[in-house]
Amino acid sequence: MDQILTHNFKVMNAARLNAYLGRDGYRSIQKIFGMQPEAVINEVKASGLRGRGGAGFPTGTKWGFVPKNLPLQPVLCINADESEPGTFKDRAIMERDPHLLIEGIIIAAYAIGAHEAFIYIRGEYFRPYLILQAAVAEAYETGFLGNNILNRGFKLDVTIHRGGGAYICGEETGLITSIEGFRGYPRLKPPFPAVKGLYGRPTVVNNVETLAALPYIINEGAAKYASVGTEKSKGSKLMSVAGHVNKPGVYEIPLGMPLITFLNEYAGGVWKNRKLKAVIPGGSSVPVMTAVEARDTLLDYESTAQHGTMLGSGGMIVMDETADMVMALKVLSDFYHHESCGQCTPCREGTGWINKILKRIIDGQGQKDDLEMLLKIADNMVGRTICVLADALAMPVKSFITKFRKEFEDRIKG
Amino acid sequence: MAFNLSIEREGELKAVIARYPVTRSALLPALWLVQDETGFVSDEAVAYVAKTLDLPEADVYGALTFYTMFNRRKLGRHHIQVCTNICCWLRGSEDVLKYLKAKLNIDVGGTTKDGAFTLSTVECLGACGGAPMMMVDLEYYEDLTPVKIDEILKNLK
Ligand SMILES: Cc1cc2nc3c(=O)[nH]c(=O)nc-3n(C[C@H](O)[C@H](O)[C@H](O)COP(=O)(O)O)c2cc1C
Ligand code: SF4
Ligand code: FES
Repeated sequence: MDQILTHNFKVMNAARLNAYLGRDGYRSIQKIFGMQPEAVINEVKASGLRGRGGAGFPTGTKWGFVPKNLPLQPVLCINADESEPGTFKDRAIMERDPHLLIEGIIIAAYAIGAHEAFIYIRGEYFRPYLILQAAVAEAYETGFLGNNILNRGFKLDVTIHRGGGAYICGEETGLITSIEGFRGYPRLKPPFPAVKGLYGRPTVVNNVETLAALPYIINEGAAKYASVGTEKSKGSKLMSVAGHVNKPGVYEIPLGMPLITFLNEYAGGVWKNRKLKAVIPGGSSVPVMTAVEARDTLLDYESTAQHGTMLGSGGMIVMDETADMVMALKVLSDFYHHESCGQCTPCREGTGWINKILKRIIDGQGQKDDLEMLLKIADNMVGRTICVLADALAMPVKSFITKFRKEFEDRIKG
Repeated sequence: MAFNLSIEREGELKAVIARYPVTRSALLPALWLVQDETGFVSDEAVAYVAKTLDLPEADVYGALTFYTMFNRRKLGRHHIQVCTNICCWLRGSEDVLKYLKAKLNIDVGGTTKDGAFTLSTVECLGACGGAPMMMVDLEYYEDLTPVKIDEILKNLK
């Protein structure tokens, strides 16, 4: 497999324009200007590229939802909020190959007819922000951004917007309200952003990694991209892996790779010669898997779903045989409780109660029906809220308790 | 005392406002400029931002309390934030926190007597591959050990 997203990761100064151009950078831009925007969308549809922000929605299809010939100009938002625990792959792209992202942004903007793009980067990513800012400035200076890109008549302005520390601004409508200058409250869908988003205009929100795949698709063609991966999960994926492994880090894999192969050959296996106990394959919001379940799971959208979990953001969290699953779930509930924006009662109250009960169990004050209560609260949180942050705690609660029930019971018995 | 940004930052704010179709969008950038200038966002600064962006003060306060990176009070010269989320916890963030508390002789939320350090905990910072990790001011420090922490703090003082 070609390195689609990481081919510049080990190149000296790849973040600088000269080095990037020396590696054939920005080649796809000349090519798209010779294509109709519709043809670019079709190419991306044919590639099978799916959103890498977590939901896996087909990118070309999403672009196709933007209404044509509206008086309102479409906008592109780039989701660089990356706050899902366990996920740190977008940072790698922004730090090591920021021009690849900018090239992808130009392709997407051209395809949907946007002349403004906003990169929403989490406030804590200050280093990546500086690197990205320098790259954007270089792109303006050399005519890859601005009023008349490469003298081909296409205009695109890119503005980097720093967040202020709020996980919920990674949710696409929360991101939009945040750029508008409000608290980052998610909004009810429909209307979907593609129809009515930032400033009421048609808006496409795409993840950093999604956009970074576009130059390859344009340069090499949809068919070549689609030849990587599986029937339904095409192309490559950046996995970030952390927790109890020997070599935590960011790795590019063809979709469909066996989880165990990835764990052993890329992440260096479970550390300290210990046994695997559990894996959260796609960021902290997705259901946890036991070692047995992980054994025959492939890292793609379908196989993870068949095993009751999700590929999500590709942020894999590995736990060895010593991991305390009760405490792990408590730590996760701290996070979701802290990050609930509070608009919906089931989420605000549910995350609070779950956190409280888990704390009490940890403190040795657990009560007999606490597990049933936790499961019931989790059930009541699913599918009844504006966004899916509520589900993002409900799923870990259900999977941790169901799959590691004995640990929870023992802790309650004391 | 009325709050004002330095001439340079004020110019930056004007340029930022011009990048958005709607002035209000400059709220987060404005708060960042204020915090860069004074290390926190005072009531006077809120009034300044509200006036500059033509917003009700309540809206600025609303945002301030929503976004956790903005400080409402003056902190120590350096703000140490230890990640306690899952990946860091799996690799020893509890020990890091314990070590820092003992070394600085403060609790989470406290500031050292000499005003050098404020200690906080923080949610996942997207550096789980370098767990356990902490952020000091806006800089990341990863793969922490006691020896490494000693060195980092020595270089900061
Ligand atoms: C609570 C919550 C947090 C999210 N955080 C992020 C994030 O940090 N980065 C991201 O790309 N998508 C995040 N998403 C998904 C976005 O809503 C959206 O689906 C994504 O940005 C679309 O881009 P894609 O189609 O290219 O994946 C989050 C969703 C939810 C519900
Ligand atoms: S589900 Fe939670 S985070 Fe999402 S909008 Fe409702 S309260 Fe806010
Ligand atoms: S869990 Fe600490 S940086 Fe992600």
